[in-house]
Amino acid sequence: MSFRLIGVNHHSAPVEVRERLAIPESRLAEAVRHLVQHPGVDEGLILSTCNRVELLTRTRNGTADLRGFLRDYFRLEPAAFEPHLYDYSEADAIRHFFRVTSSLDSMVVGEAQILGQVKEAYATARAVGAVHSQLDLLLTRAFAVAKRVRTETAVGSSAVSVASVAVELAKKIFGSLQGKHVYLVGAGKMSELAARHLQAHGAASIFVANRTFERAEQLAAKFNGEAIHFSELYNTCDRADIVITSTGAPVAIFRREHGELFLSRRKNRPMFFIDIAVPRDVDPEMNKLDGIFVYDIDDLQQAVTAHVTDRKKEAERAEEIITSEVERFRARLLTLEVVPTIVSLQDHIETIRQAEIDRVRGRLGPLSPDQELAIEALTRGIVNKIMHTPISTLKTAARTSEATTVIDVVRRLFNLREQKPGKPDGEPGEHD
Amino acid sequence: MPILWLRVALGCYAVGLLYALVALTRSSDLLSKVALHAAYLGMVFHLVSLAEAVELSGQITLTSVHNAESVLAFLIMVAFMLVYLAYKTTSPGIVVFPLVFLLTLVAATGQQPILEMPAGVRKGWLIAHIALIFTGYAALCVSFGASLLYLIQERTLKSKKSAGILSRLPALEVIDDIGYRSLLLGFPFMTLGLIAGTIVAQATFGRIDFLDPKILLSILMWAVYLVMVYTRWSAGWRGRRAAYLAAGVFVAAVIAWSANYFSAIHRFVQS
Repeated sequence: MSFRLIGVNHHSAPVEVRERLAIPESRLAEAVRHLVQHPGVDEGLILSTCNRVELLTRTRNGTADLRGFLRDYFRLEPAAFEPHLYDYSEADAIRHFFRVTSSLDSMVVGEAQILGQVKEAYATARAVGAVHSQLDLLLTRAFAVAKRVRTETAVGSSAVSVASVAVELAKKIFGSLQGKHVYLVGAGKMSELAARHLQAHGAASIFVANRTFERAEQLAAKFNGEAIHFSELYNTCDRADIVITSTGAPVAIFRREHGELFLSRRKNRPMFFIDIAVPRDVDPEMNKLDGIFVYDIDDLQQAVTAHVTDRKKEAERAEEIITSEVERFRARLLTLEVVPTIVSLQDHIETIRQAEIDRVRGRLGPLSPDQELAIEALTRGIVNKIMHTPISTLKTAARTSEATTVIDVVRRLFNLREQKPGKPDGEPGEHD
Repeated sequence: MPILWLRVALGCYAVGLLYALVALTRSSDLLSKVALHAAYLGMVFHLVSLAEAVELSGQITLTSVHNAESVLAFLIMVAFMLVYLAYKTTSPGIVVFPLVFLLTLVAATGQQPILEMPAGVRKGWLIAHIALIFTGYAALCVSFGASLLYLIQERTLKSKKSAGILSRLPALEVIDDIGYRSLLLGFPFMTLGLIAGTIVAQATFGRIDFLDPKILLSILMWAVYLVMVYTRWSAGWRGRRAAYLAAGVFVAAVIAWSANYFSAIHRFVQS
């Protein structure tokens, strides 16, 4: 077992560093292939998301120069990224990867996206044959751990993303979202996501206004909504209860006087503005109007953070699960390492026994079947008695930290041929 | 005996009061359930107390300041329960429970003999007057509670503190709805109650003294009430302004009620 993981994430590196190390999806397969061709790397997987870039590998003797790989692959100066790099091996690498997959290392703890991203990275690496043996086991276990964390703790239960916080806020204002109208100003990815969430919670209709009308039409079609010409924005906006703005406009497009106009047309029914544009699309002054609520991206982010602290306790329970799972996984890997040694030890002794019987048979002359059986039983009995202790010692040692030492000693004592544990197919141990 | 039952009811309402105090800082599902059951129980004892008082005095009008407050407290609880049935929220209790507790406390700590009705009172109209006015007052109390909640909720949402999401107050629109409906419901009761009162006064005293504080303040309260209902209905006043106005109507009603202590013609306190 020589797991090694290096990488950067949103804690360790600013976005300028992360974006230089990011690998687009289209080039991921090729990058993984490069990684496993790097000297010393037996298996490898690359996880590249907007919050992290990580290389998870199984290396021969743990000596592979993974930093060198990053330097060569990205043609970067060491100073550009090495100060931001974390580097874990063995149990620490397993722990870190379990935490990542269980979304405990995410910017928004408990969000579900990361699991999908890890699964994609796994599929890519598997497809190019970069994951086949122990790393495969590690990944399978990581998915099981993520599932355990999700079902046994409340880490992923309440609203997490900006979009779902927006939904919750809308519910705090309107109660039910049934029959509420949503207006998208600007057709960004994020506003689309928010609109999808609102629609899933019962919002009735969706209007889309965009500077390029075609884009508005495309997006409106996705929601069965209505595309509106940008010039008609101020005349139609009062129809909406919830307005999501995400335009690239350099100055605010909704100002206090617009808010007053909308309110008088709406007979003061409240309006909720979700402003995810930077620079902001909605003048903060609007929030002072009675009946208009304005949340910008920072306000939403803050609400998300509040949720995160709320779930701190649950995260602690999740960490306990991770700790016990790391132990379990390590113990299982060690057992796997011991098994080939036991098998070759038994083979070795059996070969000796057979050879000795063949050697003395010529001198004994023809034997009756009974005598054959007696010799067989005698030699087998001696061998089994002698081998009993070494084998049970190996099995016990597998569950302790001295396993590698014991394996090494046994191999040397019996002069067993050096061999790496092979594919774990058909090995003992649970598969879940 | 009535006072004993009333004190038991007071004990039950105290649980509600505890809920109200705790709910201001954090929310607890368990406590809100306990408070609700205690409130049910309190209402039962309260009703027993009122029924006994009626039976003992032999008259349904229960003219003493303590009894009046006891009846009012009971009706406010009824209004609270109606809101709970319609909206499944105990949040108005944050305002209603302390109010009910206070009224019941005053009623349970002292008892005055029930005043004899002056001769010539038209009993039917008097009963109608009391029933209608008190229902109006109860509706106003709930509306006042909703207004306060609205202001709290609106402030948390505007200030963008996370409590806006974590707190379990009902949604703004729902609170607004509770406040508006109870206000609207209270208005006809209040109006008819005042008319019935006028008829009783006319029949008893032969004329109406418009300068008597009780009558003056009642008319004033009714005028404020009318303005409130009108602005909401026609000009679409909602939200913060409406909440302030509803609170204003409530204050006017409290002043009109307090006139019971110094009015010449509408006085329950024995001198």
